[in-house]
Amino acid sequence: MAEPISTPVKPPFWNNPQVRAILFQAIALVVTVAFGLYVFDNTQTNLRRLGIASGFDFLSSPSGFDVVQSLIPYSPTSSYGRVFWVALLNTLLVSALGIVLATLIGFVIGIARLSKNWLISRLALVYIETFRNIPLLLQIFFWYFAVLRAMPSPRQSLSLGEAVFLNIRGLYLPAPEFQTGFGWVLAAFGLAAALAWLAARWARRRQRATGQQFPILSVSLALLLGLPSLTFWLAGSPLVWQLPELQGFNFRGGWVVIPEMASLLLALTLYTATFIAEIVRAGIQAVSHGQTEASLSLGLNSSLTLRLIILPQALRVIIPPLTNQYLNLTKNSSLAAAIGYPDLVSAFAGTVLNQTGQAIECIAITMTVYLTISLLISLMMNRYNRRVALVER
Amino acid sequence: MAEPRVPHSNLPPPASTVGVVGWLRRNLLSSPLNVVLTLLAVYLLLVALPPLLRWAFLDASWSGDNRAACRSGGACWVFIRVHFDQFMYGFYPDGQRWRVNTAVLLLVLGAAPLFVRAVSSQFKVRLGLGLLIVYPCVAFVLLKGGMIGLPVVDTSQWGGLLLTLVIAGVGMTAALPLGVLLALGRRSRLPAIQTLCVTFIEFWRGVPLITVLFMSSVMLPLFLPAGMNFDKLLRALIGVTLFQAAYMAEVVRGGLQAIPKGQFEAAAALGLGYWKTMGLIVLPQALKLVIPGIVNTFIALFKDTSLVLIIGLFDLMNIVHNATTNPEWLGFSTEGYVFAAAVYWLFCFGMSRYSQNLEKHLHTGHKR
Amino acid sequence: MNPLKTLTAAAVLLLAASGLAQAGAALNAIKERGFIKCGVSDGLPGFSYADEKGNYNGIDVDVCRAVAAAVFGDAGKVKFTPLTAKERLTALQSGEIDVLSRNTTWTSSRDSAQGMNFTGVTYYDGQGFLVNKKLGVKSAKQLDGATVCVQAGTTTELNLSDYFRANKMKLTPISYDKSDESAKSLEAGRCDVLTSDQSQLYAQRIKLAKPDEYVVLPEVISKEPLGPVVRHGDDDWFDIVKWTLFVMVNAEDLGVNSKNVEEMKKSANPDVKRLLGVEGDKGKDFGLANDWMAAVIKQVGNYGEVFERNVGQGSPLKIQRGLNALWSQGGLQYAPPVR
Repeated sequence: MAEPISTPVKPPFWNNPQVRAILFQAIALVVTVAFGLYVFDNTQTNLRRLGIASGFDFLSSPSGFDVVQSLIPYSPTSSYGRVFWVALLNTLLVSALGIVLATLIGFVIGIARLSKNWLISRLALVYIETFRNIPLLLQIFFWYFAVLRAMPSPRQSLSLGEAVFLNIRGLYLPAPEFQTGFGWVLAAFGLAAALAWLAARWARRRQRATGQQFPILSVSLALLLGLPSLTFWLAGSPLVWQLPELQGFNFRGGWVVIPEMASLLLALTLYTATFIAEIVRAGIQAVSHGQTEASLSLGLNSSLTLRLIILPQALRVIIPPLTNQYLNLTKNSSLAAAIGYPDLVSAFAGTVLNQTGQAIECIAITMTVYLTISLLISLMMNRYNRRVALVER
Repeated sequence: MAEPRVPHSNLPPPASTVGVVGWLRRNLLSSPLNVVLTLLAVYLLLVALPPLLRWAFLDASWSGDNRAACRSGGACWVFIRVHFDQFMYGFYPDGQRWRVNTAVLLLVLGAAPLFVRAVSSQFKVRLGLGLLIVYPCVAFVLLKGGMIGLPVVDTSQWGGLLLTLVIAGVGMTAALPLGVLLALGRRSRLPAIQTLCVTFIEFWRGVPLITVLFMSSVMLPLFLPAGMNFDKLLRALIGVTLFQAAYMAEVVRGGLQAIPKGQFEAAAALGLGYWKTMGLIVLPQALKLVIPGIVNTFIALFKDTSLVLIIGLFDLMNIVHNATTNPEWLGFSTEGYVFAAAVYWLFCFGMSRYSQNLEKHLHTGHKR
Repeated sequence: MNPLKTLTAAAVLLLAASGLAQAGAALNAIKERGFIKCGVSDGLPGFSYADEKGNYNGIDVDVCRAVAAAVFGDAGKVKFTPLTAKERLTALQSGEIDVLSRNTTWTSSRDSAQGMNFTGVTYYDGQGFLVNKKLGVKSAKQLDGATVCVQAGTTTELNLSDYFRANKMKLTPISYDKSDESAKSLEAGRCDVLTSDQSQLYAQRIKLAKPDEYVVLPEVISKEPLGPVVRHGDDDWFDIVKWTLFVMVNAEDLGVNSKNVEEMKKSANPDVKRLLGVEGDKGKDFGLANDWMAAVIKQVGNYGEVFERNVGQGSPLKIQRGLNALWSQGGLQYAPPVR
C-alpha cells in the first residue's frame, strides 16, 4: 500500500513564500510609482499645453475682494496668502465652537437617554434618531434657508435691552472695549487662578492625610470672581461696552454672529451631538453594574457615583470614538461652502481658486490642511488616551 | 394552645405600585428631580407639539395644483405633490420612467428572499452574490438604454431619488470589497503593501468628502491624458467609493483584529494558503462581527450622497433645493426640506433598525 | 533591485509614450464624439435656463447651438453642462467642456495665466446694482454700509470691492456659489443690494416673486464684455467658435435671417453669396461643410434674432439693444468680413 517515498522536489521559486512576498511588494510598488509618475506627467503636459500658470507665487499677490468675516485684519489689498489665514481661522473657529457645544449637548443627551425618567429618555431618543438620520447638508439648509430667513429685517430687530439685537443679518452683541488699566484686571485674574490652584492642591493633600474636607469650590469661585472685580473697581472700570447701533442699512459696532455661521454651527452641533450622545450612553453602559452597586453601598449618592465612579471609567471607552466625532465635525465644517460662510473650502478652495485659476495648488493646500488637523487631533487624543488607559498588572 | 396560623390569602400589591399609577410613579415621578424634569418635558411638549401638528396636518393644504391653493396658513403639501415626479426621477424623460420603476421592482423582488428568515442561508449567499453581479448590469442597461431597443437616457438627465439611490447603491457595492482588500492590506505582514494601504486609508479619512468631490469633478481630467474623459456622474461615483472604502477598511480591520490568533494557526496547520485562510476562516467571522459597523458606514454613505449637490448633480437634495428657488413656488423651503428629510430619514432609520435586528439575531451571548 | 529598476523604467516609458499620442486638434475629437460639450450657467433667464423638462434656452445656449450647427450641421448636437461660477474655469481647463458659454467676462488674466482664449463678445455688459425700492436709494454712492450679495469667484466680486474702496464706503459682502441663492437672499432681506452684470440683474429680477418692487440703479461701475471661451492651444477650434459669432453678426449686417436664408442664397450680393456658401470655398478653410454659415443662420438665426428672442423685446426681460446694436446703428457689434 505504502507508496515509495519520492525524493522531495524543490518547489519552483515562485512558490517560495519569501520570494513571493518580495515579488508581490515589488509589483505593488512599481505599479504605484508608475501610476504616480503617469498622473504627474499627464498633469505637467496638460498644464503646459493649456498655458495654465503653476507654482505658489500667486499667494503673495493682492486678492482684490472682501471677506464677510475675518478674525484678523483683512482688506482687499491683502494677499491671497492672507485670505488663506482668514479662511483657516474661520474654519477653526466654527470647528472649535462646534466641538465644545456638541460635547456639552452630547453628554447631557447621552445621560438623559439613560435617565430612569421615561419621558426624558424617550425625548432624548426621539432627538437622537431624528437628527442622526438626516443628512447634515439638509440640516444646514434647513436652518439657513428656512429658519434664519424668517428673522425680521434690521429695522424690526428683536432686541434685548437695546444691547443685543437679532435680525436676518445676524445676532448683534455688545463688544467689550478695553481701556488702559485692563491689564491689571487680567493680572488679578491670573493671580486668582494661581491661588485657587494652590488652595486646591493643599486641600487635596489635607483630605488625603486627615480626611477633613475643605469647601474648595466656593473658595476658588470667590477668589476667581472677587479679586478681578476688586481690581476692576480700583482701576476705575477700564472697560466700556460698545453697543451695536442701527446706522443706515445695518447695525454697526459690537460683535456680530452672521447667520451663515449660526446655521452652520447649529447644524454641526445638533448633528454631531447625537453621535456623541450615543457614544456617551455606550460608554456608561460599558461600566459594569457592580460598580454602581458597590458605590451606592459605600454610601455615595447617585450624582457622586456618576461623577466619581462611572464617568472616569466610562471616559476610557468614550475618548477614542469621541475623537473621531471631533474629526468628523471639523471635516464637516467644510459644508460651509454651500451657504457662503467663508471657511477654507469656500473662500480659499473656492473663491481664490476661481480668481487665480490654480486649481491644483489650491486644492492641494486645502487637503494638506485638513490632513494636518486630522493627524494632529488624533495624535493629541492618542496621547491622552494612553494616559487614562487602564494600567493592567 | 396557640391558634394555628392561618395564612392570609394573598393581598394584591399596593395600588400605588401597579397599573398606570405605579408606572407613572416608577417612571416619571420617582424623585423630586424627576418630577421637575417630567413637568419640564411635558411643558415643552405642550408648547411645541400642537403648533407643529396644526402646521403639518390640520391647517395644511393638500389639494390643488398651484400656489393659490396654499392660503390656509399651514404647510403647503401641494408644493410637494406638484413636484413629486421631479423629486423621484429628476429630468428622466416622462415616457421612459417605467424603466426606473422596473429597475426598482426587480431589485425589491430579487432582494426580498434575503430578508426572509425561513430561506436557507446557503441560498441567500448564492442569491446575494448573484444579485451583486447580475443586478447592476441589468439596472445599467435599463436605466441608461442604448441596447435592446431602449433609447439612450443620458446620465445628466438622471436625478432625484433615483440618482441618490444609484450613487448610494454603487457606492455600497463597490466600497465593501475595496474596503475588505484595504483592511487585509493594512493587516498584511508585507511592509510595502502595509505602508501603501495605511497611506491610502489615512489620506482619504483625513480630507473632507467635499474636496474629494470637487477634485473628482473638476481636477481629475487634468490628471488624465488629453481627450480621455469620464462621465460627471462616474467621476463622482469614483470619489464617493474611494472615500467610503477607506472608512469601510477601518471597520473591517476592527473585525480582523478581534479574530483570535488560534484561528490563523489552525488554518495554517490545515495547510490553507493566505487567501483560503482569509476567505474561508477569518473573513466570514470578522465580517459577521462588524455588521453593525458596516451598516453604519452604509448609512453615512447614504447621507453623504447629498453632497453631490456641491458639484451640480441633481440628486434628491439638489432637486428639492432647486424647486424651492422656482419663482412660482418661492417661500416653501420648509415644506421641501421637511419632505427631503423624511425620505432620507426613512432610509437611514430603516437601515439602522435592520442592523440592530441583525445584531440581536446574531448575538447569542448573555445580555444584561 | 536591478530588475525592479528596469521594470519601472519600462512602465514609465510605456505610459509616457501613450501620453504623446494625444497631440492633435480638439476639433477632431469633437467630430469623432459627435456632439459639443458646452458649459452654461446654472439658471439665468435669457442667457441659459433649463425649463422643467431640462431643455435649455438663452443667448449663451444659442451660441453653443450655433457652433453645433457649424460643425455638424445640426444645432441639436450639444450637451449642456450647468456650471457654477466657481466650477466654470476649471471645467474648461480640464477639458470637461469644449466651450464655455456662460456670461464670462473677458479679462487679461483669464486670457493669459488661466489658459483660456476668448472668442469674441456676445454681450457688452457692465456691472450694476439691484435694490429694493423701499430703501429709497437713488444712486450707488448712497450704499455706504450696505450688505451686498454677490456671486463668489466672479469679476463682479472684485469690481465691487474696488468700487466701495474707491468711494470710501463700508461694505459687507455675502458671496454665494449660485446666482439663485443671491436672488433669494435679496428677496429675504439678507442683503440690501444684489450686484452683478446689468443683464443678469434684469434676468434675476424677473425671477423674484415681486419684480416691480426692485430697481436697477443707474450706475454702471465696470466694463463686462461677455463671451464664449475655449482653451488655449486648440487654434482650429478657436477659429470655428470665433467665426460662428462673426457669422451671426455679419448675417444681421447683411439682412440675412433664419426665415429668408433660402431666398437670400439667390441674392446677387457677393458678400451674401460668400456667407451662405454659394460662392467660394469658405467651408474647407475651417475644415467644415461649405454651407456651414448658412446652417448657423438657418437653425439658430442672426445675432439680432437671437438677442431679441432671448433677452430683447421678444422676451420677458425686454432689454434694449444699447451697446449691443450693430456698429452701423451706434452699437459695438462689428464683425470682420467673410472673405
